Order: sequence, then C-alpha cells, then structure tokens
Amino acid sequence: MISSLIIVIGSLVIIVGLIVFNGASSISLEMITQTPSGGYYLGKGGGILNAILGSLFLALPATAFAYLIGLGIALFLQRDFSHPKISIFIRLSLDILWGIPSIIYGIFCLMIMMLLGIGTSLIAGIVALTLLELPIITRYMDESIKMVPHGLKEGAYSLGSTRFETALKVVRKQAAPGIMAGVLLGLGRGIGDAASILFTAGFSDNIPESIFDSTASLPTMIYHLYSSPIPLVRERAYAAAFILLLIVFSISILSRYLSRKLTKHVIV
Amino acid sequence: MKDQSYDNNKLIDIKYDMNKRRIRDFIGIKLMQIITIIVSTLFVLIFLILFSKSIPIFENVSLTDLLFSSLWNPEKGEFGLLPIITGTIFVTGISLFIAVPISLLSAVYISEYAHKKTRSFLRPFIDVLAGVPSVVYGLCAFLFLVPLVKDFIAPRFGIESTGLCIFTASITLSVMVFPIIISLCVESFRSIPIELKEASLSVGATKWETIRKVILRASAPSVITAVLLGFGRAFGETIAVNMVVGGIPKIPSTLFHPGQTLASLIASAYGEMMSIPLYESALMFVALILFVVVLIFNLLGIILLRKVKRRWNY
Repeated sequence: MISSLIIVIGSLVIIVGLIVFNGASSISLEMITQTPSGGYYLGKGGGILNAILGSLFLALPATAFAYLIGLGIALFLQRDFSHPKISIFIRLSLDILWGIPSIIYGIFCLMIMMLLGIGTSLIAGIVALTLLELPIITRYMDESIKMVPHGLKEGAYSLGSTRFETALKVVRKQAAPGIMAGVLLGLGRGIGDAASILFTAGFSDNIPESIFDSTASLPTMIYHLYSSPIPLVRERAYAAAFILLLIVFSISILSRYLSRKLTKHVIV
Repeated sequence: MKDQSYDNNKLIDIKYDMNKRRIRDFIGIKLMQIITIIVSTLFVLIFLILFSKSIPIFENVSLTDLLFSSLWNPEKGEFGLLPIITGTIFVTGISLFIAVPISLLSAVYISEYAHKKTRSFLRPFIDVLAGVPSVVYGLCAFLFLVPLVKDFIAPRFGIESTGLCIFTASITLSVMVFPIIISLCVESFRSIPIELKEASLSVGATKWETIRKVILRASAPSVITAVLLGFGRAFGETIAVNMVVGGIPKIPSTLFHPGQTLASLIASAYGEMMSIPLYESALMFVALILFVVVLIFNLLGIILLRKVKRRWNY
C-alpha cells in the first residue's frame, strides 16, 4: 500500500524535479523578453515571449467568457429558476461536456471556423478554450451555489429584490469562494491544454496584433520544440515547460489564498 | 396640495423604477435560460457536426472496411482503422491495468491508514498531480521514460525498441489517471458510514478484512465510476500520447513497438488532411468514434455515481 503511494508521489516528484532541474538551468532573461528570431528552432537567439503572451491572451479571455456564461447557467440551476428535474438533466449534460476530450473541442471549433471561413486565429482558440473550461467552471460554481442557505435568499426577496437581483448580488457573493476556486481551476486547465488550440490558434512567431492573427502558446511551443534533434532547442522546451508549470502552480496557490480571503464576505 | 403632488411624483418614480427592475429581471432570467439551453444542447450539436462531416467517408468506404481493415494509407484511399483501434485499446487497457491497483491501494492508505495530518498533506499533492498540463507529462515521459525503456526495459525482454512505443504511452497515461481515480475513491471511502466499519471490527474482523469486505464492497460502484472516468481521460488523451507513442498506424506485434491511438492520430494528421480527398472526413469519423465511446463510458460512470450518492447521502 505504502509502496503504491510512493509510486504516485514519486511520479509527481520525478515530473516536477525533471522540469525544474532541466528547465531552470536553461532559462534566461532573453528567453522571456524576446520573440523568436530567425533560426530560433535551429538553436539561434530569441525567446518565447510570443508563447507566454499568447497563452495569456488565449486563456484569460476564455476564462472570462466561461465565467460569465457559467455564472448564468449555475445561477439558473437554482430551485428559484428551474425545476429540479430539469436541473438534473442540465447537470448531466454539463458532466458529459466535462468528459469530452479536448481534441474534440478543437475539431469542433475547426469545423465552425471552416463554415465561417476564418483561418487559425486567436479568436478561434479562445472559443475552443471557453468550451473546454465552461463545464469545469460551471459545475464548481453550481456546487458552491447549491450550498447557499435558502433563508438568505428569502431574506433578500422579503426586502423586495427581484429574483435576478438576489441571484446576482446575494447568491453570487455568498458563493464567492467556490466560484473563485472554480474559475481558477478552469484557468489552470485552459492554460495547460494543447490539443484544443493546436488547430484553432495555430502557431506564429509574432505576438498577435488582432484577434484574427494566429498565435503561439506555451503548450504548443513545447509541442513544437520537444522532438528537435538539437539539444539546445530541447532545453528550450524544458524551459517553456518550467514557465508553464510555474504559472499553473501559482494559479493553484492563488486559488487557495483567494478563496480563504473571500470567505470573509460569507455569512454563515 | 403641494405635498400631495410631491407624493404622487414619488409614487410614480417608485413605480417607474420598479418597472425598470422588473424588465431587467425578465431580460436577465431569459438570458440565463437561453444560455443554459444552448450549452446543454452543445453535445448534441457537436455530435451532429461530427456525424455530418463523416458522411462522405460512409458513402465511399463501407463501415466494416473502416473498422476492420488493417490498411491505413490515406494517400491511396485506404482507410482501415483497425491498427489504430487496436493501438488505442492496448494503450488504454494497459494504462488502466497499471493505474487501477496502484491508485486503489493509495486511496485505501490515504483514507484508512494515514494520520490526519499526513492526509491533509497528501491531498494537495494529488491535486497538484491532477493540475499538471498534459504536455508536461508528455515532455517528462519523452525525457525520462523513453530512454529508460529504450536502454533498460526493452532489452530485458530481448526486444529492440526506440522507446517510442505502446508501453511508454501506457505508463504515461497511467500516471495521468492516478489523481482522478485516487481523489474519487478517497472521497467515496470517507463517505461510508463509520457504523459499518465499527460493526465489522466489533465482530472480530481485522482491519484489512474490513477494508476488503466492507469498505471496498460498499463503495464498489464509486470505484467503478472512478475507473470509468479514468478510462475516459486515458482514451481521449491526445498530446502526451502523441509525444511518446511513435505514431505508426500498424498493429503492434509487441508492446515495445510503436503504435497509434485515435486521439493522437487526429493531432498528427491535421496538417496534411486538407490535401487528400476523404482524409478529413475519415478523421471526423475517428473523432466521432472517440466522442461516442467517451460519452457512453462517462454517462455510465455518472449514472452509477448518482445512484451511490443517493444511497449514502453525500
């Protein structure tokens, strides 16, 4: 039993160790402040600023959209708005969406892009990531909104607020810690996913200037660099993975910190 | 008289304000309703689009050829998915075969044996493992497992291997599946009423017997759910598998030979698919298989989990 636990913990230690050990040594200021110059993939100078910014440009708007849409759904799932039997079906369909592999979202968005006649672009990547994050964020919000005591809502109703005002101003604040945890979990998932943005956001050496430009991202950058025969270029994949891991871990630490801080506004 | 008119104005104000709020309330709720309907029918839309896009391949290649022919040469118009389906089954099956016992035992340890402090320390560890992006798993497997398999494990069995093979992909996937199975199992073990355990211990069963015959049996449905959800993850995982599986669509003769999986095929073929007729449609069919299989397994898992939750009220 302990040995199997050691295998689990050990694999995590190996993963983090490998990335930190290999990545930290090859990271440099040049790497995070410059875009790739010509011949970067053959070992010449430059950095991966395009991928870092690309990842942020993709994941942050996607999380914001997923938050807005998800908030609407999660609030609607309350007994005040929809019949519990209908809510069960909506939750089921969200759970199904959660399980769909991210490559399917990528393909789905690619099809929509072909219908609309746009190529690989920032906007398509954002849509794909929004779809990927939406079920995660919504289900987390829903679980936390479910816990809001009914008396609190009734108090708001009795003071004359409408259902929509109660949902938006009372329920949302009461459920804030759970909502925040869900949003940050979704952000972490979105920023690390490669399969859904592989065809939708494409790849580019430049920082995107409009939402119709293709863009690189950290996961796709790693995917492009890892198999290079040149050791120096492979080192860069480890450095990119190190940055990605750093972002993901700081999101999860931030999530713990913020949900503790937001608990202040919660009425028990 | 003056007072009266002032009051009337105020009343009108309030009434007007109330109307505005009512309208906002109405619009807001309708908006929420529309969003909810769109999102909850999204999976139907995805299915329809994938299905309609894979119709051309159905018209040109028979379904039995598609599923059971072992020739995959899109350039020549041969779309036999058998090697890829076998590859997927091998990779997913082996990864679960490794992951299930290890995660079950870890879950038992975390929920039954570990000290409270150790547990609160171990749980974040599992969460962190779950949060590691799949491309990082792939990179680590490429850096660590591939040379290991190439130089040590495959020669042990007398096989020459490049390290990019079914076996490496399975190990990588099993590590990715650990956190899913562990966290679901720990949750379900902890939710079993303590009376059940105490009753078993009080009639003289040892702790291990209690775990085996009471806890594991009572939470069997959740364990199955955890395995099903883990299966869904392993089956659909794209990037990490793509990086280490080798990407050769042939039926592998040993575990140390390269293969290909459904999800990974889509990722590696997307660049070339536009230029070859029917290729795109064939890939859509692959995506459709992936979607339907994952859907069925997840649905089974979710329904099972709901039943258990109702039974133990958690």
